[in-house]
Amino acid sequence: MIKVEGISKRYPGQTAVDNISFEVEKGQIVGFLGPNGAGKTTTMRILTCFMPPTAGTAHVAGFDVLAAPLEVKRRIGYLPETPPLYPEMEVAEYLQFVGKLKGLGGDQLRKRVAEVSEKCNVADVSKKLVSKLSKGYKQRVGLAQAIIHNPDVLILDEPTSGLDPKQIHETRDLIKGLAGEHTIILSTHILPEVEQICERVVIISRGKLVATDTVENLKNRMHGSHVIGLTVETEIDCRPVQEKLERVAGVSRVILKESFTGSHSFEIESLQGRRVQADLARAVVEAGWNLTELRQVSLSLEEVFLQLTATEAAA
Amino acid sequence: MKNILTICQKEIKSYFVSPIAYALMAIYAIVSGFFSYVAVGYFLDRSIGAMAGRGGPMDVNEWVIRPVIMNVGVISLFLIPMITMRLFAEEKRSGTLELLITSPVRDYEIVVGKWLGALAMYTCILALTAVNLSVLFLFGSPDWRPIATGFAGMLLQGGCLLAVGTFISNTTKNQIMAGAMTFGVSLLMWTFDWFTGFKSDAWAKVLAYLSLTAHFESFSKGVIDSKDVIFYVSVIVLGLFLTTRSLESLRWRG
Ligand SMILES: Nc1ncnc2c1ncn2[C@@H]1O[C@H](COP(=O)(O)OP(=O)(O)OP(=O)(O)O)[C@@H](O)[C@H]1O
Ligand SMILES: [Mg+2]
Repeated sequence: MIKVEGISKRYPGQTAVDNISFEVEKGQIVGFLGPNGAGKTTTMRILTCFMPPTAGTAHVAGFDVLAAPLEVKRRIGYLPETPPLYPEMEVAEYLQFVGKLKGLGGDQLRKRVAEVSEKCNVADVSKKLVSKLSKGYKQRVGLAQAIIHNPDVLILDEPTSGLDPKQIHETRDLIKGLAGEHTIILSTHILPEVEQICERVVIISRGKLVATDTVENLKNRMHGSHVIGLTVETEIDCRPVQEKLERVAGVSRVILKESFTGSHSFEIESLQGRRVQADLARAVVEAGWNLTELRQVSLSLEEVFLQLTATEAAA
Repeated sequence: MKNILTICQKEIKSYFVSPIAYALMAIYAIVSGFFSYVAVGYFLDRSIGAMAGRGGPMDVNEWVIRPVIMNVGVISLFLIPMITMRLFAEEKRSGTLELLITSPVRDYEIVVGKWLGALAMYTCILALTAVNLSVLFLFGSPDWRPIATGFAGMLLQGGCLLAVGTFISNTTKNQIMAGAMTFGVSLLMWTFDWFTGFKSDAWAKVLAYLSLTAHFESFSKGVIDSKDVIFYVSVIVLGLFLTTRSLESLRWRG
């Protein structure tokens, strides 16, 4: 549905996006991740035909953003970073205006305005001036505006910023509900959000593509090895315990997490493909200590994200 | 075409829901009312003199209507920058231009729609002059033709300045900058023909031809000269064309 091939965008004295390629299948929700200034907004602006790429091509629904921008624009709903609102308009009037711009008219327009107001929870403020709305409501109106013409592709730049927790939850549900028929790209800084609603992630950092994969694969790939959390109860000091654990076959690294008198917690990384739980347990018991915890630790997406983007920064 | 109308409607509405439209119309009503009053007063004074035997009979068209219409031109020089300065500058600042550009609308439709909206606002202001002049019809029967052509001329001339203002508004995010630059450029275009007073080389002739006032002369006399109409229309088309191109090129630069 969306195909990005080697796009770059250079501003005077700066490369905002550097040779990025990725694809999004129809009906998928893709999370677009990256630290501030990574080039997320720039990439989205290229996809929505707001600005042309300096190099490379992008296709949306089979249409080239440079050769057939009108066709692309017809199929895209876009929520920019700051919702593009006219303060002097009433909410319903604004949605009507956007609907007309997107080519709706007559009964269909009226029907859609009512539908999206309902969906995005702005029906109760439809007669209010946009300038009198709170930030969260503005964000909702922005979202309503993006879906008014029922586009094939939705591009949402930080759709949940400025919303209250309840609303964030509802917006996420709304976005999830839109998937299937719609293909969605959303950028966000909130990592749990990506884990909750996205099937795939595209991570960029400093304009470069760092990773693109499913959320699951990404978490696994980052390990290459498994991490095991282990807590031992014993009277002795933590050093000999750590040394003993390091000697277990297949263990690559032992990190001390917490240490109290009588109880030490470690995180243990194993070599790829080795299951070391049983050996660890035996080693602890043979030494006469108590094993109080042994569990698989999964890296949070946050840690993956930090690792990926940090590696990039160091390189 | 539908898109042009949608955008034009939105512009007109935004003039009239904000105080801009009313402020401009009030300023205009006061100033042009004063000018008309002065012109009529001057006329009365002189015609009393004429009755007393000094000079020949006097013509309302010559002495009231023409000066009033010329004055409208001067006032519009100040008002037009205030009409056009927000057109693009405001949308750039607030980010709504992103909505317009990512909608399935052609660039020229945005530009023409905005210009038409500004022209409609300008027409509303001009209509106030009609109120001033209609008073003359209550008390006499002046020739209506120079009034009609005068209005046509004002619209065309205003259209040119509005096109210039639209272009300039697209070059900046700052409304005040847009307004000030439009005022400067309008003033220059207004006074290009002053060269001919002391210079008569080819350059002076070219500049004089480009002067907006030079082409207004015939309209104020009740004549519609196709040469002048063509001049005004080409300035408008050129201005809007350049605006469309700059809208494109600004995006290339980001
Ligand atoms: N109009 C512009 N002119 C020059 N440089 C720009 C312009 N817009 C963005 N940039 C630069 O391009 C880089 C990428 O910006 P972009 O807005 O795409 O980042 P982002 O990933 O959306 O960041 P954030 O998470 O803060 O929204 C930044 O370094 C920014 O300074
Ligand atoms: Mg951004």
